[in-house]
Amino acid sequence: MSDHSLPAPSSPAVSLAAPRSLGGRARPSINRSGALVEVWLRAHTALTLAFLYLPIVVVVVFSFNTADRVTDWDGFGLRWYEHVLNDRQIQRYFLNSVIVGLATAIIATIIGTMAALGIQRAPRWFRVPFDAITYVSVIVPELVIALATLIFFATTIGRGGIVQGMTGGPEIGFGYHTIVSALALFNISLVLLLVRARLSSMDRTMVEASYDLFGTPWRTFWQITFPQLLPAVVAGFLLSFTFAFDDYLITTFLNGRGTSTIPLYVFSSIRKGVTPATNAVAAIILLVTLTLLLVGQFVLSRNARRVGARNSGGVAGIVTESQGG
Amino acid sequence: MTVSPSVAENSPTPSTAAGLRAGAAGGTRSATDAHPDVELIGVTKRFGDVVAVDRMNLSIPASSFTSLLGPSGCGKTTTLRMIAGFEQPTEGEILLAGRPIAGVPPYQRNVNTVFQHYALFPHMDVAQNVGYGLRQRKVAKAEEQRRVGEALELVRLGGYAKRRTWEMSGGQQQRVALARALVNHPTVLLLDEPLGALDLKLRKEMQLELKALQQEVGITFVYVTHDQEEALTMSDVIVVMRDGLVQQMGGPSDLYEQPRNRFVADFIGSSNFIAGTIASSDGDDRVTISSERGLTLHGRITDRSASPAIGDTVTVVVRPERLEVAAGDAATATGWTAVAGRINQGTYLGDQTEYRVHTDQAGELIVRLQNTMGANIGQSLGPGDPVVVRWREEANLVLVA
Amino acid sequence: MTATAPADEGRLASPRPARAGHSRAGWLAALLVLPAAAWYLVLLVIPLGIIFVFSFGTRAPTGGYIAGFSFDNYAAALENSEPFVTSLTLSISSTLLCLLVGLPLAYFIATRAGKRKALFMVLLVIPFWTSFLIRTYAWLLILGPEGITGFLGDAFGAPRFRILGTEFGVLIGLVYGYLPLMVFPLYVTLERMDRTLVEASKDLGAGRWATFRQVTLPIALPGLITGSILVFIPMMGEYVIPEILGYGQVYTIGSALVLRFLEARNWPAGAAYAAVLILIMLVTITLYLWFTNRGRQTRDVSVL
Ligand SMILES: Nc1ncnc2c1ncn2[C@@H]1O[C@H](COP(=O)(O)OP(=O)(O)OP(=O)(O)O)[C@@H](O)[C@H]1O
Ligand SMILES: [Mg+2]
Repeated sequence: MSDHSLPAPSSPAVSLAAPRSLGGRARPSINRSGALVEVWLRAHTALTLAFLYLPIVVVVVFSFNTADRVTDWDGFGLRWYEHVLNDRQIQRYFLNSVIVGLATAIIATIIGTMAALGIQRAPRWFRVPFDAITYVSVIVPELVIALATLIFFATTIGRGGIVQGMTGGPEIGFGYHTIVSALALFNISLVLLLVRARLSSMDRTMVEASYDLFGTPWRTFWQITFPQLLPAVVAGFLLSFTFAFDDYLITTFLNGRGTSTIPLYVFSSIRKGVTPATNAVAAIILLVTLTLLLVGQFVLSRNARRVGARNSGGVAGIVTESQGG
Repeated sequence: MTVSPSVAENSPTPSTAAGLRAGAAGGTRSATDAHPDVELIGVTKRFGDVVAVDRMNLSIPASSFTSLLGPSGCGKTTTLRMIAGFEQPTEGEILLAGRPIAGVPPYQRNVNTVFQHYALFPHMDVAQNVGYGLRQRKVAKAEEQRRVGEALELVRLGGYAKRRTWEMSGGQQQRVALARALVNHPTVLLLDEPLGALDLKLRKEMQLELKALQQEVGITFVYVTHDQEEALTMSDVIVVMRDGLVQQMGGPSDLYEQPRNRFVADFIGSSNFIAGTIASSDGDDRVTISSERGLTLHGRITDRSASPAIGDTVTVVVRPERLEVAAGDAATATGWTAVAGRINQGTYLGDQTEYRVHTDQAGELIVRLQNTMGANIGQSLGPGDPVVVRWREEANLVLVA
Repeated sequence: MTATAPADEGRLASPRPARAGHSRAGWLAALLVLPAAAWYLVLLVIPLGIIFVFSFGTRAPTGGYIAGFSFDNYAAALENSEPFVTSLTLSISSTLLCLLVGLPLAYFIATRAGKRKALFMVLLVIPFWTSFLIRTYAWLLILGPEGITGFLGDAFGAPRFRILGTEFGVLIGLVYGYLPLMVFPLYVTLERMDRTLVEASKDLGAGRWATFRQVTLPIALPGLITGSILVFIPMMGEYVIPEILGYGQVYTIGSALVLRFLEARNWPAGAAYAAVLILIMLVTITLYLWFTNRGRQTRDVSVL
C-alpha cells in the first residue's frame, strides 16, 4: 500500500530544524507549539491504541482466572479453558459457528468475486442501481436486515407460510440455510468491494500483454488476472468467515432447532450473568479470529514478496485499499 | 494464422539469432513472400467524434524496421493497437502476411508487442515471463526451455532466468519484454515507445542495440515514437503522421532531403522557411520563386505529384547546415542564393555553432556551422556583425503544401 | 495507492480485446453478476419491500399481518419519540467523538508513521477484525461494578459511580466499536494527499494551523464524510451495544424494534419503526451523495 507513497516523512527534529534556520523572531514560538503538536500527536496515538486494545487484553487476562466467580481473583490457570473445552454443549455451539462461518465465507467469496468481475462489463443502466444496492447492503443496520429477513422467511418458508400453503407439506423452517443466506448478503458485498478495489488498481496492460502472447481469455484469467486478485479474495474469505463466525444479531433471529452458535451462548450468559466460563469462551473466540487474521497476514505478505513490493500491507492493506474509490 | 514454428527448429542452430531467423522466415513468410508483412487499406478508426486514424494506407515491407513518427495524439498507438488486435478498425482492412485479419482476436494473431511500460508479469520470474507465449501454444517443456534460453542470450540476459522481474533495472526489464516477444517468432513485432521510460544515455544504447537485433533476427519491427532523432537513427522506413493522416513515408534521408510538406520539414530536423510565389517553371520540377520580400530563388519541387501553376504560393525550405556565413562584402556567384543580414545571436553548441541571422529579404535565418578544425572563423562573429548568408541552389526545397 | 499511470496507459488498458464475441462477453458478465443480483433481490430488496408494505397494515390477533393501508403505525411510532431522540443523540455524539479521536490518529499514521505505516494499519485492523460481541462484552467487565471503575471507585474512596446502564456507557461502547471504521477512510485520503501541497502552503507563508485548516482538512473532507456515514448509519440501528452496556435501560430505536417485533409480536408496528430507520438512512446517504458529487466529478473515497 504505502510503498508508492512519498518519501518517508521527516522526523519532527528535521522538520523543526529547517524553519529555525530561517531566523526571524516569530519562528521560535511557532516551533515550540509545533513540537507540542508533535508530542500531542504521539501521545494521542498511543492512548487511542491503548483504548483499542484494553478490552482485548482484559478479556484475555480474565480468562485465566481460576476463581469460581468472575469477580474474585484466584490466580492464573487454564481451569476454565478445560471446563469449556470439555463442555458438549459449548462444543456444539462452536461447531455450529464454524459451519455457519465456512458456509457463509465460501458462498460470499465465490459469488462476490464473480460479481466483481462481471459488474465492470455490465451496462450502465444495470451497474448504477446494482452499486447502490451493494452499498445499501453494507451500510444498512444489521438489525434491520435480521428482522426483514426474519419476516420474509417466516411468511415464505415458515409455518403457515406461502411455501407450505402451496405444497401442503411440512414447513421448511429455520436453520443453517436461513442464517447463512442472510449473513451472505452483507459478506457478498464485502467481498465484492474488496475484489473490485483490487481489480481497479490492477494494471490492465497485463491482460493485454497476455492476449498478445496468445493467452486465450480463459487462460489469461487464470494465469494473470486471478493471481493478482488472490490477495483480495483471500482477505474477503477470511473476513467473511470471521464476521459470520461471531455474528450475533442475524443468527439469533434466524436460527432453527440446534443451530445456535457460540455468540448466542455468550450473549445469553451475559443476560443470565457471566461466569469465568464465559470469559474463557470469549478468549477462545478472540483467539480464533486473531489466528485467522495472522494467517491471512502471513499468506498475503508472502504472496506480496513473491509479486514485488505491491500490497505489502497484507490483510490490513487490502481492507484499507477497499476504502478508496 | 500460422501458429506452429517451423520444423527446422529441431536441428541444432549455429547461433541463437539464426535460430530465431529460421523460425521467422520458415514459419510465416516463405510461402507468401510476395506480400508485405502488414498492409493497411483505407483504415479509419473513430472514437466517438475523434478520428484517431484517418483513411490510412500503409504497406510495411517485410523484414524492415518501420517507425511510426508523429506528435502526441496523432494516432500512432491506435494504429499499433489495430495491428495487434486490441482495437478494430471502424473502416478499412488490415492484412497480415497477405491475409485479412478482421475479427481475429489478439491471441490468434502472430504478432507480438513490446509494451511501453513492459507489462511484465509480476508473479513470474524472467524465464516464466519469456516462456509465457510458448506455453500458451503448448510448446513442449524442453523446447520451451531451449528457446527461452536462446532468447535471453539474444538480449544478453543469459544468467537472469530465475530473477524476479521487478528486481531488475529499467533497461533489463526492457530486454526481458523484448525477449518475451521475440521468442515467439512473430511475423511482426510491435513496439510502442519502448524506450520512453529509460534515461537518455540508456536510450541511445538501446536504440543501437534494437536496431542491431532487428537486423540479426530479420523480423519486421513496427516502432512507435515521437522522437524524430530516434526514428532517424533506427529506421529503414519512417511513416510520418499527423492528426491520423499519413504525411509522408520513406527512408530517413528521403524524409530529410525531400520533405513533401511543411509539417514533415518542420518535424524532421530543423528548417528555415521562406514564403513566396512561383514566378516561372521549367515544366518539370524546377521552378523559380520570388519571395514576399523580393528575393529570387531557384529550387526543386519535392512533391512530384503536385503540379502548381505560376503564381501559386509555396514555401522554400533550407536546412540550417546547408547555409554558409561569409563576410559582409562577399560577392555572389551563380548557382548560389545569397542574402545580406546581421548576426542576431550566436550559440556555441560544442560540435557546431548556431547563428541566428536577421535578413531583410528572408527574415530570420538559422545557420549551423560545424566547428571543425581550422574552420572556427565563426567564433569571431558577434551580434550586430554584417554578414552574407549564402547557400547552393540545390538546397532549396520547394514545398507546395 | 497505485502510482498514477500516464494518461496514455489508462486508455491503452481500457478497451476489450477484439470483437471476438462482444455479446458473448456481455452474456458472461450477466452470468457472473446473476447470483449476487439474485441474492440482493431475494434477501434485501424483497424483505425491505415486505417491511414497507407491512408498515401500513395491522396486527393480526395471533401476531401476524393483516393487509391494510393506514398511517397508524407511523403515528404510533412517532408518538413516542424517546428512542429516536436517544438514538440520534447517541449516534451524533459518537460520530463526532469518533472523528475527534480518529482524525489525529489517521493523520499521525498517514504523515508521521513512515515505514511503520503497515504496522499501524495492522494494529488498527486487529480490533476491527476481532469479534464485535466479545469486544463489547469486554467493556462490561471493565465498566462493571467489579471491574475497573469499581476498583477505581474503591481505591479513591469515591462513591461508586455508575457507567453501565447509562447513555455514557453506551457511548463508550459505540465509539470503541466503530472507531476503526472511521479511521480507515480518513487514513486513505490523508495518505493519498500530495504532501508537497502542505509544503507549498508553508512555503507560501501559512502556519501549521492555517495549513491544516486550509489545505489538509479540505483534502481530508471526503474521507471524513465517508467515515462519518460509515459509522453514523449503523449506529442508528445498533442493538447489541445498548443491550449489553445499557443494561436494558437505554431505550434506542434498536431496542424499540426488537420489542415490537419479538416481544409484542406486532409486525406492522415494528415495520413502521424499521421504515423510519431506513428513511433516516436514505436521507443521510442522499445527502452524502449530493455532497460528494457537488462541484466535481472525481470520486475520491466511496462508502467502504
Ligand atoms: N480508447 C479511446 N477512446 C477515445 N479516444 C481515444 C482512444 N484511444 C485513442 N483515442 C484518441 O485518438 C487519438 C489518437 O490517439 P493515440 O493514442 O493513437 O495517439 P498517439 O499518437 O499514440 O499519441 P502519444 O504520442 O501521445 O502516445 C487521440 O486524440 C486520442 O485521444
Ligand atoms: Mg501512444
